[in-house]
Amino acid sequence: MIEAQGISVHIGTKRIVHGVDFSAGPGELVAIVGPNGSGKTTMLKALCGELSYSGRVTFNGRDLQSLKPVEAAAIRAVLPQATVLSFPFTVREIVKMGLIGGRSGVIGPEADLLPERALARVDLDGFAGRFYQELSGGEQQRVQLARVLCQVWMPVLDGRPRYLFLDEPVSSLDIKHQLIIMDIARDFARAGGGVVAILHDLNLAAMYGDRIHVMHRGTLDTVGAPKDVLSDALIERVFGCKLRVGAVPAGNMPFVLPQSAI
Amino acid sequence: MTNHIAAGRSSGLRNAVAAGDRSALARLVIVMLVVLLGLTMLFSLASGASDASAISVARGWLFGAGEDALSVRDRIIINDIRLPRVVLGALVGASLAVSGAVMQGLFRNPLADPGLIGVSAGAGLGAVLIIVLGGTVLAPLTTALDTFSLPIAAFLGGLAATLVLYKVATRQGRTSVATMLLAGIALASLAGALTGILVFVADDRQLRDLTFWQLGSLAGATWLKIGAVAPIMVLAMAATPFLARGLNALALGEATATHLGIPVQRLKYIAIVSVAASVGSSVAVSGGIGFVGIVVPHLLRLAMGPDNRYLLPASALLGASLLLLADAVARTIVAPAELPIGIVTAVAGAPFFLWILLRKRGVIDL
Repeated sequence: MIEAQGISVHIGTKRIVHGVDFSAGPGELVAIVGPNGSGKTTMLKALCGELSYSGRVTFNGRDLQSLKPVEAAAIRAVLPQATVLSFPFTVREIVKMGLIGGRSGVIGPEADLLPERALARVDLDGFAGRFYQELSGGEQQRVQLARVLCQVWMPVLDGRPRYLFLDEPVSSLDIKHQLIIMDIARDFARAGGGVVAILHDLNLAAMYGDRIHVMHRGTLDTVGAPKDVLSDALIERVFGCKLRVGAVPAGNMPFVLPQSAI
Repeated sequence: MTNHIAAGRSSGLRNAVAAGDRSALARLVIVMLVVLLGLTMLFSLASGASDASAISVARGWLFGAGEDALSVRDRIIINDIRLPRVVLGALVGASLAVSGAVMQGLFRNPLADPGLIGVSAGAGLGAVLIIVLGGTVLAPLTTALDTFSLPIAAFLGGLAATLVLYKVATRQGRTSVATMLLAGIALASLAGALTGILVFVADDRQLRDLTFWQLGSLAGATWLKIGAVAPIMVLAMAATPFLARGLNALALGEATATHLGIPVQRLKYIAIVSVAASVGSSVAVSGGIGFVGIVVPHLLRLAMGPDNRYLLPASALLGASLLLLADAVARTIVAPAELPIGIVTAVAGAPFFLWILLRKRGVIDL
C-alpha cells in the first residue's frame, strides 16, 4: 500500500501541491489526471522521494523518509516524463540498469534473459543492440519502461506488493503502443502490484484506471471510480472546457468527447 | 583447431556486441591494455640517454645478477632513475585518466577534465603555496606533514576548486556544461593569478623549483616522492570500482539514479574527493599535465562503450601507458635535453580535443 497524508510541496517559495491525501493499493491502477500545472508531476515526485515534502508518505507501512535508496528501489520503480542520456549506451545496457539497485525477483539463468524479455514486453524485440540516442522519442520512452519493468519484474516479492510510478507513460506513443503500455500497467496491477500513472488522455484513464485521482490547482479535487468521477460538470470545472461524457455502448465505461474549448 | 576455437569465440563476441552486450569486448580490451602497459613499461625502462637496453633489463630482472648481468652503472640507472620515473609516470597517468573518467561521469559530460575546468589549477595553487610559503608562514604545517605537505596542499586546492565548480554549475541535479566550462575558466584564472602573486614574492631558489615543477615533468621522480603520493593515488583509485555502477546510473540523471537505488549524494562526495586526491597528488609530483583525462576515456568509450565498470580500470591502464609514451617522447626528442611532458601531452591532446568537439558539435548541448 502506498499512502500519503497531507502532502504539501514547495518549490522555492511557491506552493505547488497543498494538503493532498493519496493512496494506491495492491492490485490497483490509479490514474492521476488534471490540467497542466495542477501539480500532478510534483505530487508524483514527492511520492517517489524525489522532492522534499511536508506530510507523511508510507510504502507498505514504512515511512518513505526512513527508506534507503536501495530499499525504496526494491519497492517501487519510476518512469520519468523524459530522460536525457549523457553517454552512448546501448538499449540493452540501459535496460540492465534497472537491475543496479532494484531486485527483479528473477534469479538463476533466467535473470540473464530479463532485458530481452522486458524489451519484448514493450514491443522492442531486436532493439537490444541499438544505440539509445539513435532511437525515436517513443522508442526511447519504451526502452525506459523496459528498464523500469526489470527493476520490479515480479509485481509481488517476498509477499509484499511492488509499485510502478509512471509519469505520462504514453505521451509520446502511437495508439497501438499506448494500448500495449497501458496493458502492461494493468497486468502488473492484476498480478498483485500497484500502479500510479499520470495520464492526459481521459479516455485511457477511464479505460484502465481502477480509480481516478483528479488534481486541480495543487489540491486533490475528486477521487473515485471513473464512472463516478468523470462528469461534464467536473471536466468543465477542472479543465475549463466543455465536453460531453457518454458511455461506450458495450459497458458502463465513460468516454469523453471534446466539444469546444470554451 | 585453435583457429576454429578462436573464430568461434570472435563470432560469439560479435554476436554479443550486436545484441548490445559489450562486456566481453570490454574485458578483451582490458586484457590488451594490460599487455600494452607491460610493454610500455619495459620500453620506458630501456629507453633513455644511457644504452642500458631492454634485453639486459629483462635479463637482469629475470635471472638476477648472473655472468652477463647488468653493470653496476646500468643497475643504478635502471633502479634509481628510470624505474621510479616509470612507476611515477604510470601512477600519474592512471590517476589523471581515471579522474577524468570519474569527473565526466559525475558531470554527465564527456568534456569534463580536471585540467580544463580548473581543478588542476586549484591543486597547483595549493602546491605553490607550500613551495613558496612552506619555509616561512606555513612552516608549522610543512614540518608536521613532511613529504606529504605538498600532495596534501595540492589535494586541498583541487578539492576546493571541484566543490566550488560543482556548486556553481549544478542546479537541482542538472549540470550546465556552459556554466561548468565558464566557471572552470574563472577558477583557473583566479588560481593562476594567486599563483602569480606567490611567484612574484618567491626567492631565487623557490623560483627554480617552481619553474621546473610548473612545466610539468616526471624528471624529478624519486622513491621518496613516490612514497608520498602513491598511497593517496592508490587509495583514490581503489575507491573508483565502488563508484562504477552509480556513475552508470547517473548517466540517466540524478533523479533516476536515486530511483534505481543509488545513494547519489554519497556517490558525489566520494567521486569529488577521489578526483581531488588523484589530481592533487599528480599535480604535486608532476605539475600540470593536461589532456590525459579527456583523451583516454574518450578513446576507450569509442572502443568498448561507456560502462564505467570497465571504463575506469581501462582508463587507468591506458592512461599509464600513454603517459609513459609521452614521457619517452619528452626524454628522447631533444636528447640529451628534455622537453616538459606537459608540452607533449598538450601538443597531442589539444588537437584531439578539438576533433572531439568537431565530431560532437551537434550532440553536446552547450
